[in-house]
Amino acid sequence: MKQTSFKVLSNEKIAQNVYKMVLTGDTSAITSPGQFVNLLVDSCFLRRPISVCDVNDSELTLVYKVVGAGTKLMSKASAGDEFDTLTGLGNGYDLTKSGKTPLLLGGGVGVPPLYMLAKKLINEGKKVSVVLGFNTKSEVFYEDEFRALGSDVTVATADGSYGVKGFVTDALPDDYSYFYTCGPEPMLRAVFRTTSTSGQFSFEERMGCGFGACMGCSCKTVTGYKRICKEGPVLEKEEILWED
Amino acid sequence: MGRLSVDLCGITLDNPVIPASGTFGFGYEFAEIYDINVLGTFSFKGTTKELRFGNPTPRIAECTSGMINAVGLQNPGIDKVISEELPKLKKCFDKPVMANIGGFSVEEYKENVAKISEEEQVGWIELNISCPNVHSGGVNFGTDAKSAAEVVRAVKPVAKKPLIVKLTPNVTDIVSIAKACEAEGADGISLINTLLGMRIDLKTKKPVIKNVMGGFSGPAIFPVALRMVYQVANAVKIPVVGMGGVSKAQDVIEMMLAGAAAVEVGTANLVNPRACLNIINDLPLVMDEYKIEKLSDITGGAFNG
Repeated sequence: MKQTSFKVLSNEKIAQNVYKMVLTGDTSAITSPGQFVNLLVDSCFLRRPISVCDVNDSELTLVYKVVGAGTKLMSKASAGDEFDTLTGLGNGYDLTKSGKTPLLLGGGVGVPPLYMLAKKLINEGKKVSVVLGFNTKSEVFYEDEFRALGSDVTVATADGSYGVKGFVTDALPDDYSYFYTCGPEPMLRAVFRTTSTSGQFSFEERMGCGFGACMGCSCKTVTGYKRICKEGPVLEKEEILWED
Repeated sequence: MGRLSVDLCGITLDNPVIPASGTFGFGYEFAEIYDINVLGTFSFKGTTKELRFGNPTPRIAECTSGMINAVGLQNPGIDKVISEELPKLKKCFDKPVMANIGGFSVEEYKENVAKISEEEQVGWIELNISCPNVHSGGVNFGTDAKSAAEVVRAVKPVAKKPLIVKLTPNVTDIVSIAKACEAEGADGISLINTLLGMRIDLKTKKPVIKNVMGGFSGPAIFPVALRMVYQVANAVKIPVVGMGGVSKAQDVIEMMLAGAAAVEVGTANLVNPRACLNIINDLPLVMDEYKIEKLSDITGGAFNG
């Protein structure tokens, strides 16, 4: 974990209620896809945890959805604004288990962390398939970006206004070696039921601190209690215990 | 003895700044950010006899200038704390630590206090009779002078370290509870634990917290905490550790003027992991600004007469 200041380079709307913010700062603590950063937003008391979409030596890309007061304020930020940021938070996706033909399943605002993951897997020579699910056409984002990486992309919309009609689980390819997923909990449950291989899930929970101190975001797993912010947000399929 | 040093129950602290239980884990997360040996001490995560998961999630809700938590004493249980957490802590913290001890019965408190007393690194025991997030236990002892006295009476003989009793503000008369603890031999009082609160999500029209209610903390509660510290410090002779919404050096000084011998910092650590480090660095500057030579001289400075 590192605590440093990040400066906004750009912040633009890329789909309905979805924004892409590029910031510059010390990114050295961010080591794996699926990790998140925690931004201090002026006039909000708690920080806002946002998954890392992409990162290089000096730039951090965040793609976030406006869901409340904090993300609304973030959407108003402009170039030059600074955010006190905790980086390198959480335990990201483990690439070593991917096999040769991994499948990435993203739903809505769960799509962004899969971008950095796809990039890394493709760099390792893996043949990556991606299924992106959205509610409707106006919410679709990053289809072209995933395609530009060289992955095989399928888009599904719940209302059928774009791509395959239905959920990501209605557009699963027949054959894949392993899967990685991130999205709303109902989607994760469906993915859990529908997939035929092992895989990794990224979870969300209301967090206090985001770095393991407050125990606000704990969950029960087969292998004991875990903090979504620290041992998570990525958990393996075999350790997940769904609670009603 | 430096300008910032204070005495807490016979042990000298380099400064009065103490991260509060439940906001600092067992220290390691913060040790990634700064050398936690700069702290006066810290109070580790509330520990009970058995491993506890705590309450269902969501158990965090944001508020204006504060937050609500309903964690419910998640902890690995006292045996694991002793066998795993304390040896790990020893590697990043070489000062006496404050052991926050919870319980669900007088017997459990007694057993836990006896066990933790044997640990060399424990400097003080902070007896948590005030957690608002556990049903049928914990807080019930702290909401009534008679039951608070009963717990203190039971644990005092087995406490081989100074016993500081942590009180809840969710009572009619906190002074009578503090006095009852003092009468049974408590070596100190710490206050306040969180204020019972709740939030409702306008989208779902249901409580944000799964457990409905939780403990409200953060800068918003500072004036309430300060008032209670002032009342209790005026009424007892034993040292008082003040806490509740402290987030800057000025707040520490204000708490001490209200009668605190030392000050715990809680929620501020969760928002800014460097909060305590910043406070410790700022204290000499703020003391200069207000012409305070030595911090230990100002405890209770705001009392009349």
